[in-house]
Parts: sequence; C-alpha cells; structure tokens
Amino acid sequence: MLSKTEYLELDKKIAPKSKEGRTLFFAFVVGGVICMIGQGVSDLFKLVIPAADEKLLGEITSTVMIFLGAILTGFGIYDKIGKHAGAGSIVPITGFANSVVSPAMEYRSEGVVFGVMCKMFVIAGPIIVSGVASSILVGLIYWFVGVAA
Amino acid sequence: MLLTYLKVFLVGGVVCLIGQLLINLTKMTSAKILVTFLLLGVLLEAVGIFDPIKEFARAGITIPITGFGSTLAKGAIEGVKEEGLIGALTGGMRAAAAGLSAAIVFGFLVSLVFKARTKV
Repeated sequence: MLSKTEYLELDKKIAPKSKEGRTLFFAFVVGGVICMIGQGVSDLFKLVIPAADEKLLGEITSTVMIFLGAILTGFGIYDKIGKHAGAGSIVPITGFANSVVSPAMEYRSEGVVFGVMCKMFVIAGPIIVSGVASSILVGLIYWFVGVAA
Repeated sequence: MLLTYLKVFLVGGVVCLIGQLLINLTKMTSAKILVTFLLLGVLLEAVGIFDPIKEFARAGITIPITGFGSTLAKGAIEGVKEEGLIGALTGGMRAAAAGLSAAIVFGFLVSLVFKARTKV
C-alpha cells in the first residue's frame, strides 16, 4: 500500500497538469478499474458455478455491480469517487445504479411513496425509456427483415 | 489472464474517456451521457459489431452502460427468433430483467436504510 505522501508524489508525476487533462486521466483510470472489477466478479462466479453460461454470468455480474454501486452510493463513497472520476464513474453500470439511488435517497424526506418511489428514476428514467424503445425498434426491424427475406 | 485484464482496463478506460471528452466539450449531463452510450450499445448490437468487440474486450465493453444496451437489443432479436413479432416487445426487457430489477430493489432498500447526505 502507498502512504498518502507517496500517493501524492506519484499523482504529481503521472497525472496530467491541466484541469482538462486530469478529468480525462481520472475518467480513464477509474472507468478502467471498474471494468476490471466487473471482469473479476464474472471470473469469480465462473469458478463458483462452472456450468454457468455467458448469459447467466452476465446477469450475475450486472446484479453484483449494481449492488456495489448502490451500496457505495448509500455510504456516500461513490459520489466522492465521482467528483474526480467524472465519466469514469458515470458510464459503467455502477453509475446507472448511482443514478437510481442518489435521487431516491435525496427525496427520502418527501416520503417513501412520493419521495423514494416517484423520484427514483428521475435521472435513470430516460435510460430505461430510450433503451427499451430502441431495442423494440431493433426487434421490429429484425422481424421485418426476416419476413421480407 | 493478465492480458485479458489489461484489455478490459484499456477498452473500459477508453470508453469512459470518450464519455469525459463529451462532458468536457458539450457540458452534457450524466443522464444524457448514459443515454448516449446506451444507444451506442443498442446500435452496435443491432449491426452485429458488439459481439466481436466483446470477444476482445470482455467486461471493458459490457460493464459500461453500452453492455446494458447490447443486452436489450440482443434480447429483442432473440425474442423475435423465438416467438416472432411479440418477441420484439418482450425480449429486451426479459433479457435486461436482472439489471433492471436489481437497480429497483437495491435502490429502494438503500434509500430506506441510509440517510441522505447533503450534496456538496
């Protein structure tokens, strides 16, 4: 493990100087690390359940990563990471979890129904709507091409 | 093994770096960034490029929200293959059910258990 001063020195040495460069650097590193954790979760469950196919492993990995994103958001850790990592913490599936949990927690004071349940998808709503709508469109096109062919 | 993780890190990092570039250049909000990458995943899956990328990059492309888009689109296509037209409607959500349900249930539980922190 690095001590804090060692870390700061290392940080000075390898992190770019400009603000723009720093945001890109941290997005790259944090995003890459989160993806490696995801790969680790997938490989781990492949060992635990050798018979698992790719679909099942994908489902387990998504669930675990969303759980991690949600719980880290609960502890306030994810938003701390996000301050430096920007897109590095937004784009991975953990960021999707964060976008669900953050408003749910924030509006908790307005009650469980009108606060949590109503506001839970205030950021993630567009993701569900656009994702489901576009995937149905893809399915329709695929069906149409199949019928026409 | 080690090479796999290097590829995961590099591709995942580059995907997020592109996202950050978009934020820096266009001031996009996080919701728009997520939607953009999700639709990118849907598109890549629809034209059949997602699988070759996944062969190479593994979690580097499936852990970013592009993977969620791919799952939805792949599900819709599989749905059509299995049950025809209605599969276009049911396939996507069915395939993405784990992620969606996990987000809802963990989001709900966490918001009940943890106290909100004041945003800085």
